Formats: sequence, C-alpha cells, structure tokens
Amino acid sequence: MTVNGTAYEHEVEPRLLLVDYLRRVVGLTGTNVGCDSSSCGACTVLVDGESVKACTMLAVQARGRSVTTIEGLGSLGALHPVQAAFQDHHGLQCGFCTPGMVLAAVSLLAENPHPTEEEVRLGLEGNLCRCTGYQNIVKAVLAAARPAEVTA
Amino acid sequence: MSTIDELPASTGVVGTRLKRREDPALLTGEARFVDDLDVAGALHVAIVRSPYAHARIRAVDLSIAAELPGVVAAFSGADLRDEWAGPMPTAWVVTPDMRNPTHLPVAVDTACYAGDAVAVVVGESAFAAKDAADAVVVDYEPLPAVIDLEAALSDRVLVHEELGTNVSYTWELTPDPEGVERAFASAVHHVKERFIQQRLLPSPMEPRGVCVVPQPYGGDVTVYSATQVPHILKIMVGLTLGIPEHSIRVIAPSVGGGFGAKLDVYAEELLCTALARRLGRPVRWTEERSEGAQATIHGRGQIQDIELAADADGRITAVRARIMADMGAYLQLITAGIPLLGAFVYHGSYDVPLYSFHCTGVFTTKTPTDAYRGAGRPEATYAIERAMDALARKVGVDPAEVRHRNFIKADQFPYTSAAGLTFDSGDYDTALERALELANYPDLRLEQQARRERNDPVQLGIGLSSYVEMCGLAPSRVLASLNYTAGGWESATVRVLPTGKVQVVTGTSPHGQGHETSWSMIVADKLGVSPDDVQVLHSDTAISPHGLDTYGSRSLSVGGTALWLATDKVIAKARTIAAHLLEAAEDDLDFAGGAFSVRGTPTASLPLAAVAFEAFTAHNLPDGVEPTLEASMTWDPPNFVFPFGTHVAVVEIDTDTGATRLRRYVAVDDCGNQVNPLIVEGQIHGGIVQGIAQALFEEAVYDPDGNLVTTTLADYLVPSAAEFPGFTLDHTVTPSPTNPMGVKGIGEAGTIAATPAVMNAVVDALSPYGIRDIDMPASPWRVWQAVQAARATGGAR
Repeated sequence: MTVNGTAYEHEVEPRLLLVDYLRRVVGLTGTNVGCDSSSCGACTVLVDGESVKACTMLAVQARGRSVTTIEGLGSLGALHPVQAAFQDHHGLQCGFCTPGMVLAAVSLLAENPHPTEEEVRLGLEGNLCRCTGYQNIVKAVLAAARPAEVTA
Repeated sequence: MSTIDELPASTGVVGTRLKRREDPALLTGEARFVDDLDVAGALHVAIVRSPYAHARIRAVDLSIAAELPGVVAAFSGADLRDEWAGPMPTAWVVTPDMRNPTHLPVAVDTACYAGDAVAVVVGESAFAAKDAADAVVVDYEPLPAVIDLEAALSDRVLVHEELGTNVSYTWELTPDPEGVERAFASAVHHVKERFIQQRLLPSPMEPRGVCVVPQPYGGDVTVYSATQVPHILKIMVGLTLGIPEHSIRVIAPSVGGGFGAKLDVYAEELLCTALARRLGRPVRWTEERSEGAQATIHGRGQIQDIELAADADGRITAVRARIMADMGAYLQLITAGIPLLGAFVYHGSYDVPLYSFHCTGVFTTKTPTDAYRGAGRPEATYAIERAMDALARKVGVDPAEVRHRNFIKADQFPYTSAAGLTFDSGDYDTALERALELANYPDLRLEQQARRERNDPVQLGIGLSSYVEMCGLAPSRVLASLNYTAGGWESATVRVLPTGKVQVVTGTSPHGQGHETSWSMIVADKLGVSPDDVQVLHSDTAISPHGLDTYGSRSLSVGGTALWLATDKVIAKARTIAAHLLEAAEDDLDFAGGAFSVRGTPTASLPLAAVAFEAFTAHNLPDGVEPTLEASMTWDPPNFVFPFGTHVAVVEIDTDTGATRLRRYVAVDDCGNQVNPLIVEGQIHGGIVQGIAQALFEEAVYDPDGNLVTTTLADYLVPSAAEFPGFTLDHTVTPSPTNPMGVKGIGEAGTIAATPAVMNAVVDALSPYGIRDIDMPASPWRVWQAVQAARATGGAR
C-alpha cells in the first residue's frame, strides 16, 4: 500500500487492523486509537481520498490502496488549510481526536466544499471530541470552507 | 461588561486571543502520547479482570498462559503480593474513623467489582499478552453483588466482610442544628426533593496508558503516564512500591484529556513499575476503551435529598442536604473527599442564613468513583438549582425572580456563607440579567405559553442555572481542616537565559488546557518580551520537581499566580543589577517594554536581555548578588476563587416521541480577568457539552448482577457535534481580590452550570403534564414514559 506517497510492502497477520499497521509497522503514530468499537473516529484516515476509520479495515484490505494519515496532510511549518483553521479557531484542546477530526473534515469538504453549519455537524457525527464542545471545530471547518467569511 | 480589565504592566498580550502554540504538533501528528512512545524492547502487559462483581478467588492457573508463544511471565495477585510496600494510596481520609479497605493493584483473595484485576500476563507484544490473558484460568466463587446505594446501606450484603459494614464514613457540616430545625418548623414554603446523580464515565478521548523504563545504571526508573498528576504519582509510586522517591522520574507526555479520570494513582501504573523493575525491561500497558470503562474511575453516583425552607416571598431561610455517595468498591486517591467538595455549595449562589449538609459514603460492588469534571460541585449545583425551580413553582413566581430574590448581592462581598466559606467577589444579578437578555427570555415564555395553549405536540422548555463554584484548589490550611493529605500550593520558576530568552518551569500539568500558551503570555506581558521568546516546561518531575498538578480549576489562579510572583522576583533582581550598571538608584528605574530606564534620563536604558547577560557573565554584579537571573515562587492561595454565572437552556420536547432537542444555549460566565479569552471560551464550550451530556445522554448502567453494560462508546453515549446547536457566550468581569491577576478558574464551570440548566428546561417543558422530575439522562424513552404516564392519569392532552 501507499502511505502518504511512500510505497510499503510488509507481510502481516490477517487480523492486523489498518490502524495498528500504520502505528506499529509503518511507525506513523499520529493516527490515534480511542475506542475498540469504531465509535470515536480518532483513527480516521483517508483511503483513496475518502475518510475511513482505520480500526474498521484490516491492513490486508488496504493492499494496493493509497492511504493518507495526518502526517501526510501538512507539516509543522506548512499546515494544510484545514489544520490552520483548527489552530486559528481553537478547534482542539488535548488534540487526541484532532488528527481524525481534521481528516474527517478534509473528506467532508472534498464532498461538500460549501457546507452549512448543520451539514458540518452531521458530517462529523462519527468523530467524538471530549474537550471542545465541537463549537470551534465547526467554526474551523466552516472557516476552511469559506476563509473570507468567518472571523475568529 | 464584555471587556477585560486592564492588567498592570501589560504590553497587551494578556487578554488577547493568542493562537495556541501547542496546536501545530497536535495537528500534524508530531505530538507524542504515551502509546506513541517508541521504547525499544518494551514488554506489554495484559490484565485478567474479574467478570464477577464480587467473587472469591479460589485459584489462578497460569500454566497454559505461561507456555504460549511470546509470553515472558504471568502472575497472580498472590505472586505479586510482596511487590507492594503499601496498599493503593488514598490521599483523603475524610474522618479519623473512615473505613478504607485494603486495596491492592492485583486482587489476592476477593474481587470486589467487575473489572478488578486478578492476574497479569507479560508478553513480547500486546497481541501475545492479550491472547495469553484469555488462557488464564481463574476459579471464582461468586458472591452476591450490591449495586443499589440504599441496599448497600442495609448491610445485608457486605462488599468487604472485614469492615462489617458498607459505610465508609459519615461527614456532617451543620453549624447551627437548632437554627435549621427552627427554620424548617416555621417555613411557609418547604421544598423537599430527591435527585439521582447517575454514574458517569469521564471518557477522555485518550485512554489511559503507562510505560515504565528501568534505567540501567543506578536503579532509577522513569514512568511515562497519561496522567494529570505526575508529581503526585511520583510520591505515590515511591510509597506504594518502597522505591526511594529520588530515583523515580515521572513524565506525562502529551495527555489526551483527563476530566478528573487521570487525577488518580492507578493499579496499572504501580503494576508496570513493579514489573519493569522485577523483569529489568521496559513494561507498558495501554487501556482499551471497554477495559477502561471498568478500570478507570467513574464520576458522580449520588442520591441527594435536598430541602429548602422559605418564607412567603420565597426567600430561603435554610438549606438542608443529605446525600449518599457511591464510593464503589474501594477508595481511590480522593474518592471519599469528592462529595465534600460540594459540601460548601449546596446553598448555591444564594444568601442562605442556615445550612446543614450530611454525607454518607457507601461501598458497592462497582468500579470506584472519584473526581470527574467539577467533582462534587456539579452535584451540589444540580440539587440547589433544581430545587430553586421547585421553589419558584411553589411560590408562584418566575424562576428568574426567585433567584433574584435570593442571590447574594454584589455589595455583600466578601461574603461569609453559612457553610463557613468566604466568597471572594461576585455580581450574580447582572450575569442573570445578561443571560435572560441574550436568550430573549420574555419572548421564549410567550412562545411557551402559545405552544401550551394550542397543545402543540412539541413543547418548549426554558431552564435557568445560576451557579457559583469554589475552585482554585486549594488553600493548604483549608485542606488540612478537611484531612486532605497534601497541600494546595503551586510552584513556578522563571529564568532569563544569557541570550535574553526566557524559560518557565511550572508545577501545573496541562492535558488540553493550553498552559504553554497562557503561561507564556503572563510572563511575556510582565517582562515585555514576545511570548514566542518564552518557553514553558512542565509535566516532567526531573525538570519541574515541585508541583501539585492540574485539577480543580486551579492551574491559573494558583499556578499562574506563582508564575506571576516569580516573574516579579526576576524583575526585582534584574532591577538591582540594572541600577548598578546604570549607576542609578533602584527606585529611579522604570521597567517598561522589556527595558530598564532611568526616570528623567530616557537615553540611559538597559534591555532585560543585557541584564541577563550580565547576570550570566557575573563580571560586574553588585556585591552580594548571585549570578544568573532566575527566581522561583511557591504560592499557597489564601482562599478559593468563586467563578459564577447564569446559563439558559432552551429545549423542544416532542411529547409523542420523547425526543429532546436542545434549541438554544446561552452562557454568561464570570471568571474574573481573562488571560486568553479564546482558551476561556473553549473551556466553557467543552464544559457545557459535558454537562449537557449528563442531562441528556450519558449513564454508566449496571445490571442487577453488577455487570457494567455500557462499556463501549456505542453503549455509553458520548455525544457528537450533531447533538448541539452553537452556544451563545458572554461574560462579565468581576476580578477576584485574592490573587494579583484577579483571575478565577474556568475549567469546570460549564459542566457545573449546564446539567441543571438543561434538566430545568426539560422539566419546564413537561410541567403542564404535572411532571416534576425525570431521572438523568432524560432519554427519549424516559421522557416518553413520563408523558405516557401523565396522559394516562389525565395530564395535558
């Protein structure tokens, strides 16, 4: 599989989840594990551009696919616009849900570049955050969609 | 209103919405949580937990597990018995006769809740350890469970036979018992309500995790833990394992939320430390969510009986609260004290002359309870704010009016409460008025009336919650009077490095609160440097040796104040050096914009960086002045701080389906002066959602056999973005006079305020049906049942 543009080839146990493959085998720990029941969305990554909870997919199912993790989105010095919007609007506190939340937002905006507030809230329903009360996450996603219209 | 009071010597950084410096690393996956640490050769622990709420452990057979591939070792509780120099720590012995059962990290004879650890497997990988844990055979003799608090009080089933009772303690605060009796005897209105505080799972998004690395030389050990309290953990690891404290280093790397759940010392932290030392290899454990539902503390869990005595106008003459608090099976770090953090605020923000509080701590065969966001104050606030609405109904006045009539007035501060605390400052009426204005309260009441008149299936409910809470834990002498084992001070060091850059060391331990940003703002403001030039170090006991960590909305008012005062000391020392270099009297120097200048001689000036370099070279220091520019301060607050405000919740309830929709939420909070309003608002948003979650969504449910049935996030309903509207926030500013920045805590206020606001709204919506209470969470099922029952007995429609 390709992860963040780099091709990887490993022999893995059939039961290995994609998230464990990314974290343990490839060594990309930005993708977090928050639950065991595909409920929290902390492990959200993009597979061929679409958001997927990486705990719902086996590593072997991602064979030949292109995976983007948070490490592949922007970098410390050059944040992706969605990452920058999260910082601008205080869309994160502890930051544990953040990589998954950001990637879910990227996927949401790819499908619907100009969502309403309600569409953002519904679109992020699969990603839980315990710190922010979601208000600033929603604001950040709307700002990323319409940078000129939303101010802090 | 809505402005920040100008702080002294401000360069304008404090009070601004500075973006957080913590964010880029968290946004890019660069940040490292415990489970992200790459530790070569680390072994993985899997824990065998009791499937029974109560069971004698007859035998533990590890033979099959020990032979499985990748297994390094396996232990029963008995095998590990000698590792413990002491039992699991309890830091709060609330009464001298408090009963505290022996609690070991791995149970030896009896498991006392479903999830109690009974055996341990250590493997080369997490998979190997978990597979082998499934192969451990434990012979249990099931014992009866006791789940219900009142059943536990009967002592028919004992959780700990050796104690002879399920009562851990009783604690009372009734300064004038006869006065309270008289007040109730002569009351015109007597409100008597029972409320249930359901158990909650704190559920930080990062599960707990620990990784312990024995250092090869000298026997030192480094404990990485997803904890709020690295400093407390270090002491407790030393005491519990009999390790010299100075050979233990605790590091809390990035920590993904805590909410009180990580304000504890857990079996797994002690266990991994013991195993790492015993096996001579790094040992790690990361909690699974469903495991954590049982093995991480729960919050709340109380039955509250509250009574108000009031005169004909609804002015309260006495408050009496009697609570039963569910300890769970054992006392964790501060389990017993949590209800007592509410003991002083059951009278809420009201001028109540007579007061009585009584608490019974009760053991049950359930996961131990402990601090969860607000810790005692949300429970107290819920009880009084629900009771205030009941009083308003009795008196026949608007809930806002009954609050106005009873508020402690702005000119009464400092106000000494009947419970014995001195409230620092407040203006409760103004916050309530502002909240009503923002909510368009009169219009809402009109709409509500119209819906009631036309029997609209969707009814409108409006709920108020006017809260005050005590936070900024805590004055050490007050803690002493409550028999808490430690103090409540906080420590800070400020050092100006030779090149003029600034390093700050704090004893607070942030896990989402943005201390690095806020602390840099405080110091930058005072020193006249850029916040970018101020580094903030924390959460590593080797770097920050003194500290009492982060909980109880204490970090800014206690830790921030320590920092403020340490910076003052640095400036004072720099002034001495600058005066010497400028050949001027210290009193003639102005310090502004990061430079000392001689008053009246503007050309004679010296930047702080130059002073720092002189302090470093020590070539030309005044006699008796030590080299380097650094100062430390430990601040013990003289009092708690008392943030307050009013929240308004507006709900629509579909009476045909029982569904509650939160339509509007207005919050007006006052936390005194604000260092970074962006962060303050974030704390309030998050707090509100956790408070609403208790009202409408979350409950840790046990079946009659003591099995926790809500062990996943599919069963335990941590709400998503889709459940909420945007919240409307405003604030008033009433500085606290008890610290130089005039600040109060804000981490828990939202949670404290929100639960009663929403439940008052739910009950308000359903009041035409004669419904006066709904147990939390007010799920569609519960609301629908209540409406059906009311309709069957002739309630509205």
